[in-house]
Amino acid sequence: MNQNTTIAKVHPVPATAGATAPGSAPFNQSGSRAHPPIASTGVIGWLRGNLFRGWFSSAVTLALGYFVVKWVVGLVYWALIRAHWTVPISANGQPDPSVCRAATDGACWAIIGEKYRFVLFGLYPYAEQWRPAICVALFIALYCISASRRFWRKELLVVWIATLALIGALMWGGFAGMTFVSQDAWGGLPITLMLATFGLAFAFPLSVLVALGRRSTNLPAVKLLCVLYVELIRGVPLVSLLFMASVMFPLFMPVGLNPDKLLRAQVAFILFAGAYLAEVVRGGLQTLPKGQFEAADALGLSYWRKTSLIVLPQALRLVIPPLVNTFIGFFKDTSLVLIIGIFDLLTAGKAAMADPIWNGFSTEIYLMLAAVYFMFCFAMSRYSSGLEREFNRNRNR
Amino acid sequence: MSQTAEMTRPTTSNESNAIVLDRVNKWYGTLHVLRDVSMTVGHKERVVVCGPSGSGKSTMIRCINRLESHQEGRIFVDGTELTDDLRALDTIRREVGMVFQSFNLFPHLTILENCTLAPIWVRKMPKAEAEALAMSYLERVKIPEQAKKYPGQLSGGQQQRVAIARALCMKPKIMLFDEPTSALDPEMIKEVLDTMIGLAEDGMTMVCVTHEMGFARRVADRVVFMDRGEIVESGTPTSMFEDPQTDRLKLFLSQILRGH
Repeated sequence: MNQNTTIAKVHPVPATAGATAPGSAPFNQSGSRAHPPIASTGVIGWLRGNLFRGWFSSAVTLALGYFVVKWVVGLVYWALIRAHWTVPISANGQPDPSVCRAATDGACWAIIGEKYRFVLFGLYPYAEQWRPAICVALFIALYCISASRRFWRKELLVVWIATLALIGALMWGGFAGMTFVSQDAWGGLPITLMLATFGLAFAFPLSVLVALGRRSTNLPAVKLLCVLYVELIRGVPLVSLLFMASVMFPLFMPVGLNPDKLLRAQVAFILFAGAYLAEVVRGGLQTLPKGQFEAADALGLSYWRKTSLIVLPQALRLVIPPLVNTFIGFFKDTSLVLIIGIFDLLTAGKAAMADPIWNGFSTEIYLMLAAVYFMFCFAMSRYSSGLEREFNRNRNR
Repeated sequence: MSQTAEMTRPTTSNESNAIVLDRVNKWYGTLHVLRDVSMTVGHKERVVVCGPSGSGKSTMIRCINRLESHQEGRIFVDGTELTDDLRALDTIRREVGMVFQSFNLFPHLTILENCTLAPIWVRKMPKAEAEALAMSYLERVKIPEQAKKYPGQLSGGQQQRVAIARALCMKPKIMLFDEPTSALDPEMIKEVLDTMIGLAEDGMTMVCVTHEMGFARRVADRVVFMDRGEIVESGTPTSMFEDPQTDRLKLFLSQILRGH
């Protein structure tokens, strides 16, 4: 170890530096040397500096490297080499996964081929599952359109309302030859996307209003209300809020007037997400210099113009990373509706695993679920970093 | 011959004056920051306010468009009294432009958008008209070629000239300057002062908090000296600088001269 560091220290001092006192003339030293020391750059330099710095570092690197390689080899072996992609159909017309059972060291991807439609669309009538499939496509198209700054104008709101209405119409059906499908039969990915889309679409504007209210100086009642809302909702777990929505809330409602369970869960979700997002937005509002507010005031802009033209555009840009972080968190948190029996993607996956024929192949289903969640979350993450870059291109040297 | 504050007490009801402050008092908590401040500014008059830091000069100028509210006394701007009435405040803010020490341009908008924002949203001007107006003022402050850039891409002096153009786009009757050159590097002070001198020569009513005594000599009709929240002395630049009456002004002048 000492050997290494000594060399590293001695090396950068060029021959001419011997004449000057060490450390006394930094300009002379750097001026006399055109290149950094060779050993500190390049792949080898990086390896030596970060992975093999002394015997202890080298030992840890080798030990960890051994486990990583072993794990990756094992995964490839399990997921690809020894995997079964199809299983034969048994005499009674059901698939027979006994070949998978016999080979325990390989994945049984056949379960995905068999179950993916159930996982994605739940109990929705099999022959009608093109409808939720179109709905998922519509959701994704809606996200893509909304993601482009070119479309950030008032008409986008109309597109949203129209698309969401179309999705509702397709899911319910009951017209144009489509059979009516009750909400109880909906399930899988469309439910997850509904919870997430409606949840965040309502929670975000709510959070902006709450954050503004919490900073209000001349409306103390509004401020108090906003503080109470945030602190109360943040103080309880989402699970308990969902229980309240599904179990307690109906107790207080008059008989016959009982909103649907999905709607109740949706409202609980909006309230919860709203409280968290409000704190993120408030953080952005607080970083804005006072001068920005004063300049807007001095120009005679009204409160709402000042807020929408000056304050929010800047504040929200500043909080894109934590905002998207919260969005991603809540996208995944929609899976908590599992515990109140709403048939979202995770619930559908759990139901698929419960099929006795396929008993024991839950890993494959979990991996599929993870892949679906990952696709959406990773897309959000990439989008946010792109947005950040675009916003910062012209600003602040 | 300069006068002491006692001799410049204004009459209150005033249509003929641009700004009237009548025994204005303000406290921050228990700190008495404005003490019986009375001052009148006539139309087309240029007033320079100076004084040591913490003398209340910025607070006073910020009271004129109610970025700070006063607690006692009355303030009239262009005949309208500043009260809690929001409509009166809107009227006054439209007539009064302000330039800040730290520019306070909107960093997320281009230079042109900074200038057209208020005309479009407050004066309800059509966009094309607002842009033409903004370009004419940007030409006047000699930076039309920067119109498509963002504030962060400009030097401090350029930003402050944009801030002046932005305020002018509202076609204000009165311009307030709160230490407009204090945050600038020395080589950029002149370009901003030149812009302000041009404005003064065009007959704009101006109240300017600054320590630029050369500027005061050149354009000010009157210099007001504040210290510890009160107006100590006021008069023409020549009389103030060459024949100061109070010890406090003498001390202040000696200090800023030593600084130069």
